[in-house]
Amino acid sequence: MISLTWQWLVDPATWTGPGGIISQSITHLRISLVALLLAALVAVPVGLFIGHTGRGRWLAINLAGAFRAIPSLGVLFVATLLLLPRLSGNLAFELPVVLVLVLLAVPPVLSGTYAGVEAVDPAARDAARGVGMTEAQILWQVELPAALPLLLSGLRSAMLQIIATATIAAIVGIGGLGRYLIDGQASRQYEVMAGGAIVVALLALLVDLVMAGLQRLVVSPGLVVAKEH
Amino acid sequence: MIRFESVTKRYPDGTTAVDDLSLEVPRGGITVFVGPSGCGKTTSLRMINRMVEPTEGRILINDEDVADRKPARLRRSIGYVIQHAGLFPHRTVLANVMTVPTLIGWDKGRARTAAMEAIEKVGLTADQASRYPAQLSGGQQQRVGVARALASDPEVVLMDEPFSAVDPLVRTDLQNEVRRLQRELGITVVLVTHDIDEAISLGDHVAVMRQGGHLAQLASPGELLTEPADDFVASFVGKDRGYRKLGFTETQVEADPERTVSLGEDVPAGRGWVLVADEQEQPLGWVDRQGSGGPVQEEELHRMGSLAEVGDSARVFLDAALSAPSGRGVVVQDGRVVGTVTPERVLEAIRAQGGSDG
Amino acid sequence: MIGGVAWSTVGDLLLRHIYLAGVPLLLGLLISLPLGWLATRYRWLAPPMIAGTGLLYTIPSLALFILLPLLLGTRVLDDANVLVAMTLYSVALLTRTVADGLGSVPGATRQAATAMGYGELRRTFVVDLPLAVPVITAGLRVAAVSNVSIVSVAALIGVSQLGQLFTEGFNRNDMGPIFVGIGACVVLALVLDAGIALLSRVLTPWLRAGVAR
Repeated sequence: MISLTWQWLVDPATWTGPGGIISQSITHLRISLVALLLAALVAVPVGLFIGHTGRGRWLAINLAGAFRAIPSLGVLFVATLLLLPRLSGNLAFELPVVLVLVLLAVPPVLSGTYAGVEAVDPAARDAARGVGMTEAQILWQVELPAALPLLLSGLRSAMLQIIATATIAAIVGIGGLGRYLIDGQASRQYEVMAGGAIVVALLALLVDLVMAGLQRLVVSPGLVVAKEH
Repeated sequence: MIRFESVTKRYPDGTTAVDDLSLEVPRGGITVFVGPSGCGKTTSLRMINRMVEPTEGRILINDEDVADRKPARLRRSIGYVIQHAGLFPHRTVLANVMTVPTLIGWDKGRARTAAMEAIEKVGLTADQASRYPAQLSGGQQQRVGVARALASDPEVVLMDEPFSAVDPLVRTDLQNEVRRLQRELGITVVLVTHDIDEAISLGDHVAVMRQGGHLAQLASPGELLTEPADDFVASFVGKDRGYRKLGFTETQVEADPERTVSLGEDVPAGRGWVLVADEQEQPLGWVDRQGSGGPVQEEELHRMGSLAEVGDSARVFLDAALSAPSGRGVVVQDGRVVGTVTPERVLEAIRAQGGSDG
Repeated sequence: MIGGVAWSTVGDLLLRHIYLAGVPLLLGLLISLPLGWLATRYRWLAPPMIAGTGLLYTIPSLALFILLPLLLGTRVLDDANVLVAMTLYSVALLTRTVADGLGSVPGATRQAATAMGYGELRRTFVVDLPLAVPVITAGLRVAAVSNVSIVSVAALIGVSQLGQLFTEGFNRNDMGPIFVGIGACVVLALVLDAGIALLSRVLTPWLRAGVAR
């Protein structure tokens, strides 16, 4: 079984072409990034608002908790059954999926953002106001940079969930690496399922590493030192 | 310079933090707001740069109502130092200190120069300027906090419990530093503390406040100790105020001549305590020549008590006398021994001044 | 019947779901306790250990379900695959939590216990662990809720539990079973969450005692 999987993985034909691993990886990443971007567009501003003003915190905590309890596979099916008949073309398959992925990613990004802003030293915030920063300057120059580590951690864990759920979403017909897992099962080719599983696990790992590297780049070294002390 | 006119601050929940406060903070010098917690001292300070808005009354800086100025603009013109420094953790020390110059629109070069000057003024090095706050000790962080407040040359600097979070040794250093900076730059410092000793040792003017936001007394430290306005001030100033007051009494204490000996000199028995000094007449310590005589060895030297410098307060003289093993306090001028004083001699001088209690 | 599904079917699937999500949670906790303890006891171990277990979490659930037969030699439909996968995810979440919890015990308390003559192991059980309960149960609640959601994915490889209602409904183009499944999952997650919260309360009576005056 292992050798069959290996053979499938090293076969150049597996990688190239329209249904190859490379093209499926690109589709997987495209869908995932679009979902993460949309989720961030919604969650980061709201998170900054909650963190800066302290308003709506209770709602955010409970909403995030409740969202975690909802099984993503079930929501995926509901969204597809509801939207598929009303849409046409490629969009018909991808839109419900992206919608669910965004829904899934909003809570971790939101809580990472407001937790980051809340964790800003109250003395630093008071000093910022005291030396004459406007509210907008406090938000951009003090709160956002200091909140970055937690905000980016939120983005990272959201991205992991998105990639995992985008894999599952092959069941409703969209492209991506999940295709190998679902199609392999349909055609009873375990080596295709296993090979696809390895590739998607590696992709998730790679994306997480890249995001960890990015986190290193954009977070001020002063905050890293502060954490170590 | 800064005038509070019938200023009251009431919170929506009905508590009155500051009640009908009127006082004038004179230009230059250090004015200290002191009192127990809940006396409204911090609220009063924070109303000066509009971090808190008064409910009634007004506050004027150079005869201009602060309420007429935009809060952010106003704050940029006033230095601000708080308890835990409140440095921005993601910015280097230099960038922290450049904050206000940048906010008021100075170009980068000018802001940088001003910040480096301020960093040097507070006793930090160029090397430390490139570090992040977390890489500095608590005392150094507070120095950065002071530098940040001074970088744009403000006329007024507000300090809210600036030394409360650092250990006692560092605190004394920082207090001296602030005093020196104030004298050097001629700025007006308004400082809040709950520590009456800090208020008395640091303040040129001390405003004692009492619970509910009332001003109990505004006076010089010496006056506060000799003439507390009421029982509250008397008890707040503390038990040893008679003794502490000596710190503000400049007394002419005549030192008795003292013959010093040098190391290796042969001193016969029966001379009692003998003061040992080097060739420059700088005191080294005391040696006991009561029971036995012989050449003075370095190992037999007893540690000296505290030294009194000519012109010091009566408190320093008395302390020198009480802490010397011989019972004779060493008086020096420019490091050289000019004589010694006994406790009796100091007390005589105080009495002659007519000043045990006013 | 509810949403076109027999009550007894829902009950059976629910029990299966509890088994597949609950047993790994307990196993995960049992494995994480010594791992977390090691990470607090030997500081240098903490970063690689937390990064290592965290890595497990990056593997998408469906991929892990499919890969385990390859590694374990089990059949694709075997429950063991799901049990092992869920245990791995639980360990990934809980090792960090246990380390955080043990790390949250005040140093003074720890030193006082050592000074009174507690051995290291005994102190861990009698002093450190009880004080770490609030942090550990908080992590346990997150793990329980996420387990319930992830287990449902196993329906795609044919392991039956509440997730089976999703695939059945989808294949028949009928939302009834899907809603029943979602509802049952959410209720199960909330019950587990509340149960662990209650357990935590019972285990930490000192946190409820009013502040002494």
